[in-house]
Formats: sequence, structure tokens, C-alpha cells
Amino acid sequence: MIETSMTWSDLMFMLNGAGKTLLITFWAVAGGTTLGIVFGLIRATGSLWISIPLGFILDILRSVPLLIQFILANSFQAIAGLNATPFVVGCTVLGLYTSAYCTEIVRGGVLAVPQTTRRAARSLGLSYTQDLTNIVFPLATRAMLPSWIGLTLGVMKDSALVLWIGIIELLRSSQIIITRIQEPLFVLSVAGLIYFLISFPISRIGAHLERKWREDD
Amino acid sequence: MFNYTFHWRPAFQALPAMLEGALITIQIAVLSMLIGTVIAIALAVASGSQYRLARFGASVWVETARNTPALFQIYMAYFGLGSIGIFLDSYIALLAGITFNNAGYLAETFRGGLRAIPPIQTRAGRSLGLGAFSTFRLIVLPQLFRIVFYPMTNQIVWAILMTSLGVIVGLNIDLTGVTQELNVRTFRTFEYFAIAAVIYYLITKLVTGSARLAAWKLFKY
Repeated sequence: MIETSMTWSDLMFMLNGAGKTLLITFWAVAGGTTLGIVFGLIRATGSLWISIPLGFILDILRSVPLLIQFILANSFQAIAGLNATPFVVGCTVLGLYTSAYCTEIVRGGVLAVPQTTRRAARSLGLSYTQDLTNIVFPLATRAMLPSWIGLTLGVMKDSALVLWIGIIELLRSSQIIITRIQEPLFVLSVAGLIYFLISFPISRIGAHLERKWREDD
Repeated sequence: MFNYTFHWRPAFQALPAMLEGALITIQIAVLSMLIGTVIAIALAVASGSQYRLARFGASVWVETARNTPALFQIYMAYFGLGSIGIFLDSYIALLAGITFNNAGYLAETFRGGLRAIPPIQTRAGRSLGLGAFSTFRLIVLPQLFRIVFYPMTNQIVWAILMTSLGVIVGLNIDLTGVTQELNVRTFRTFEYFAIAAVIYYLITKLVTGSARLAAWKLFKY
């Protein structure tokens, strides 16, 4: 048996941190997906005058390190005197970051629906909205869901970076315990195991869905 | 609304130092890609091998790299390895962490790529009298390279963005590290980091742009 001076309350502290990680992930993914669907539809079907500038802005979010986005947003909210808590800043930045990736997923999914299918729907008398909700959405979901699951897991992992702006999530809480009991390898292994246990089953489900739906095509 | 005066002049004066940091950033990213690619090819071959231990080792590496945060992997190299008497400085720890991550992601890319090349080609190569290694080098690799080129471009952009995590383990010579040093001296956080963000953006655009150019030159036919 491995000897350690880590106590149950330390583990509870880390699980608390894991809860924080999941909470941030939830808000970021919820907000990011909503924005991503709107932006994705604009990118796929909107006019070039909106689509290209939007694509340019979202590309910036994907080309600048997330850590620097957190730092910039945090100092900007201080400059602007918004008095936002680190948690709000963290969720907002991570949400926008998610939306940048989600937009491309949605755009890909919508464009994957054949134009002829959509024209057929319109010529059968469906309105534009009905075409979107009854034809495009179900077909596009198949193309989008596996990458969306991958995105969610990526956001969960990237949420570790909020420790820089002072949120105590899973990785930061394990760091706090390390400074107390001085057993970095063991404590980090526990943290890694928690991340793995959250991420691995979901990534398997994603891979399974991808395989299953490809067979149906 | 803004009870704050922006001071851009000192930030622009720090530009040479930051550009020097950018070179270190690129250096780490390129090194981690090169070492990562070599390991990834080995992992991809191992995951298709007949030895159970090789398959198991490869899948542990790949799944750990893909299912834990990159920052966790850097922490492991920096703090974790200290427990077993291996003390890495922050540069090496960052490089090790990113390389571990790159290798895991690239291994999956290569595995997919290897599967896309019909095995009959290997058999044809072997029956023409080529050795196992020359078949791999002359027949499989050139086709594999074409398939994995685009995912690899993505990965190097990821590697560049990941180098910014070095500052969390105390690296002060890469772009983010230099910026943070300037920041703690002056507390002009927004100005300095805004310039750093622009430099990162330009680096990633330069990389993707030249990759697109290279692809156009290389894969003409």
C-alpha cells in the first residue's frame, strides 16, 4: 500500500475543485454552444458582409493563447470598472473561446446537409424556419455531435487555466495540497485520475457515436 | 467609464525583448513538434503491434495525453518528477510536457493515416524485394505525410499556443514569460499582454500561411 499523508478532507477539497471545474465547463459550454449555433448559422447562410468579419474575429480567439485571453479580459474588466468576479470573467472568456470552435462545427454541420435536400424541403412547402428545424437540424446534429463532445472535453481541460486569475479549480486545489504535504507525484496523480475519469468515458461515447453513425450512412 | 490612462509607449519600447521571447516560443514549439513526431510514429507503430505490452504502453500514453489538461502534463514534468528525484528546469519541463501532449495527439493522427494506406501496398513493396524498413520509408511514409500534413499544421499551432503555459511553472524567457516579467515590474498588464496577443496571432498566421504555401508546392499532383 502506498503511504501518504494525504487525508480524506484533502481529497474532498480536490473533489470540490473538480466541482468548480465542471461548473465553469458547464457555463462556458452552455453559453458557447448557444452563441456558436447563432454564429454558425450566420457563417453558413448569412451574407458575406457579416460572415467574413465574424469569421475573422472568431479566428483571433483561436489564434491567441487562452491564458493571455484570460489575463487580458481580467485586466480589462478592472480597467473598465466592471467589478466582475474571476468566476464570471473565467466563464465569459471560456464561453467566447468555446463559441469560436463551436461556430466552425455548426458551420461544417449545416454545410454538410446537401443543398438539394434543403431545396426539396422548401419545394414541399416548408418555410425557411421549418426547413432549419425539421430538416437541417436533425441531419446536421449527426455530423456535429462527435466534434461537439470533443470540444466539450477540450473546454473541460482548458478550464484548468483559470487558476491564473485566482479561481481554485481542480489543478489549483491539488497545487495547494502539494505545498502542504509535499507529495507532488501522488497528489498530481490523483488529480490526473479525476480528470481522466471525467474525460475518458465521455470521449469513448463520442468515438462510439461517430463509428455507429458512420455505419448508418 | 474608463478611469485609466493607457500607456502604450513603454510597451512598444519593450517590443525587441518580446520578439526575442517570441523566438524562444517558436523554438520550444518546433522542438516539441520534432521530438513529438518521432515518438508519435513509434506510438502509432506500437499500437498496431502484435505485442500486448507495446499496445498497452502506447494506449496509456495516448489516453493520458488526450484526457488530461496540457497544464497538468507540464505540472507532472515540473513538480511530479521531482518526487522521484528528477528535477527539470522550467524550460525542459515545458518542453517535456508539450512533447508528451503532441506525441499523444499525433499518434492518433498517424494511426488514422496508417489505416488509410492499403496494406496491399506494403505487401507489394516487400514482394518487390524491399526490406521492411525501406518499404515503410519509401512507400508508406510519403503517402502518410500527405494525409497527416493538415492535422500536423493544426498541432503545431496548438504547440505554439501551449508554450504560453510555461509562465505558470516559472519560465521567464518565452513570449508570455517576458511579458509577465515586464508586467510585474510596471503593472501595465493590459498594454503588454495586448501586444503579446498580437505577436502570437501573427506567429500562428505565419505558420498556417506558410504551411498552406508548402502544401500547394508539395502536393501539386
